[in-house]
Amino acid sequence: MQSRRDNLAAALIILPSIILLGIFVYGFIAQTMRVSMTDWGQEAAMVLEPKVNYIGLANYSDLFTGFLNMRFRQDLTNMLFFTLLFVGLSLLAGLLLAVLIDQLAWGETFFRTVFLYPMSLSFVVTGTIWRWLLQPRGGLNVLPTLVGLPAGKFLWLTSRDQTLAFDWSHIFYYLCLGALILFSISACSHWVRGEAAGLRAKLVICAVLLGILASGVLTSIKLLPFPEQHGFNKALWGIVLAAVWQMSGYTMALYLAGLRTIPDELREAARVDGASKFQVYRYVDLPLLGPITVSAVVILGHIALKIFDLIFAMAGPDHYPTSVPAITMFLKTFRGNELAVGSAIGVILLILVSLLIIPYLITSFKAEEG
Amino acid sequence: MAKSRGAAKVLVQVLAALLAAAYLIPVYMTLVTSLKSPQEINLMTAWQPPSQVNWESYSTAFKQFAPYIKNSLILAVCATAISAAMGSLNGYVLSKYSLPGRNVIMPLIVFGMFIPYQSILVPLFQFMQRTKLYGGLPGLILVHVVYGLPITTLLFRSFYEEIPDELLGAASIDGADFFGVFRYVIMPLSGPPFLVVCIWQFTQIWNEFLFAVTLTRPSAQPITVALANLAGGQAVSWNLPMAGSVLAALPTVLIYVLLGRYFVRGLLAGALKG
Repeated sequence: MQSRRDNLAAALIILPSIILLGIFVYGFIAQTMRVSMTDWGQEAAMVLEPKVNYIGLANYSDLFTGFLNMRFRQDLTNMLFFTLLFVGLSLLAGLLLAVLIDQLAWGETFFRTVFLYPMSLSFVVTGTIWRWLLQPRGGLNVLPTLVGLPAGKFLWLTSRDQTLAFDWSHIFYYLCLGALILFSISACSHWVRGEAAGLRAKLVICAVLLGILASGVLTSIKLLPFPEQHGFNKALWGIVLAAVWQMSGYTMALYLAGLRTIPDELREAARVDGASKFQVYRYVDLPLLGPITVSAVVILGHIALKIFDLIFAMAGPDHYPTSVPAITMFLKTFRGNELAVGSAIGVILLILVSLLIIPYLITSFKAEEG
Repeated sequence: MAKSRGAAKVLVQVLAALLAAAYLIPVYMTLVTSLKSPQEINLMTAWQPPSQVNWESYSTAFKQFAPYIKNSLILAVCATAISAAMGSLNGYVLSKYSLPGRNVIMPLIVFGMFIPYQSILVPLFQFMQRTKLYGGLPGLILVHVVYGLPITTLLFRSFYEEIPDELLGAASIDGADFFGVFRYVIMPLSGPPFLVVCIWQFTQIWNEFLFAVTLTRPSAQPITVALANLAGGQAVSWNLPMAGSVLAALPTVLIYVLLGRYFVRGLLAGALKG
């Protein structure tokens, strides 16, 4: 059906979009990388054709080890804890809501609508409303007094408490520890599914990581001249709460769509074989929900890494305890005129998001062709 | 899953009702606070309904926000229409024509919707200043069109892939060329996808904040920026930001309540193979 003329027309139709995306996505990313390796900032930022010098990776090493960039390192720590809590709790809440809705006798549409409506709001609206709900002496904290209980005292957004503190100098040690935990979990899942080859490979990696950790090589590295404490800022709980409220409906919708595609015959077969209700969920539903969980982790994870509007509206950009790299990038670039440093933070964010997205895109589109 | 029986059934309903109430708490608080007079707003009595309903916050907020709501409307309608139209053509080409490098084009396009925009913001800012597009609505529309292309292309492509090739083949035997097939075969079947894509894009663009706050001058700012500015001020009485939140949320919430089914389809399509 495709004549050469039609193919030519097709190519011409799609060309503008390809060119636009080529420039605005890939061209601009390349340009950001270039800028991040210069000293473009301060006065030079004001002129259109600035005089800038190439300084290699100095901006990056400054962000990770420079004395003045302590805030950025706490930003990264905040982002990590926020991502873990937000993704974990959204998955849990979404699964719970999906199972619940699946069991409802009536009112399914109503409940689904209620649990999902926060998704239609902007992060700015959510942030504004929750900022009022999380006032230290009002909102959620006084809710218990309505039924005669003592008022809550937690400082949702303004707390200065920090737990799980660690020394930034030992960051490689903790990264290695994190990798060990991830690979152990992966090894366990291979073991559960009885995949001997996968299990062996993962165990070898775990052993190597364990060896590196035990050898003490990583703790002997001195990244900073002085110990520098970072940790989980409790003020982040407020942001996590609002974010989970907004996005748990999304995981619910994903899981619900998944539950609905599992044929009832499969469950029936399990029941005939004597599986209890719990066992049906455990052995029929959960494994089939695995791929959905992967999608949800990728989508929610990349939202968490990029989170900006919600924190901007809830705590303001200048609130140190709840800041993340995206916020500091905004401040450095548009308030401090440090365009090179802002670009470097942008590139770091891009690398983190890419680690999550690129494998996902490759497997998704491969599966599509196959 | 088999439905629960008896006591368990009641328990499930009660649990769902309690959770629904919890999810609606922010709505209650927003409405109650927005309907109080500023003097009545007090942290200790925040949960009580207003002793006297005061609509003034809404008229004040509307007066203050009207220009920004207008900006948001122009922005969202124009950018949605253009990105949907382009996405439709792209989806048609990418689902029905075998162009060289077709397998690589799609992941490369889709990658654009996942990138953190912080990684293109500095060059984008420079570009907007050089082309004199910085600060105004046309520039912001262009930005939303370009960065909306990945999702609109993806959504239309997945819809069009379900249209059987035989239908296109039959049309081309009847003498229809590239545009003829699009006009007489694809377009008549494009109602639902257009609805899904437009709802998705409108909601995204209406709610967007990062581009809005970095690429516009005050006169062209959309509602999200105006709301953040109002609520971010220090000595603010909470009735106004709450009424403002209602105004800022109203269009997208209305779309969601009225056309929820299509909203969810766009939502799920973002998860690719979900």
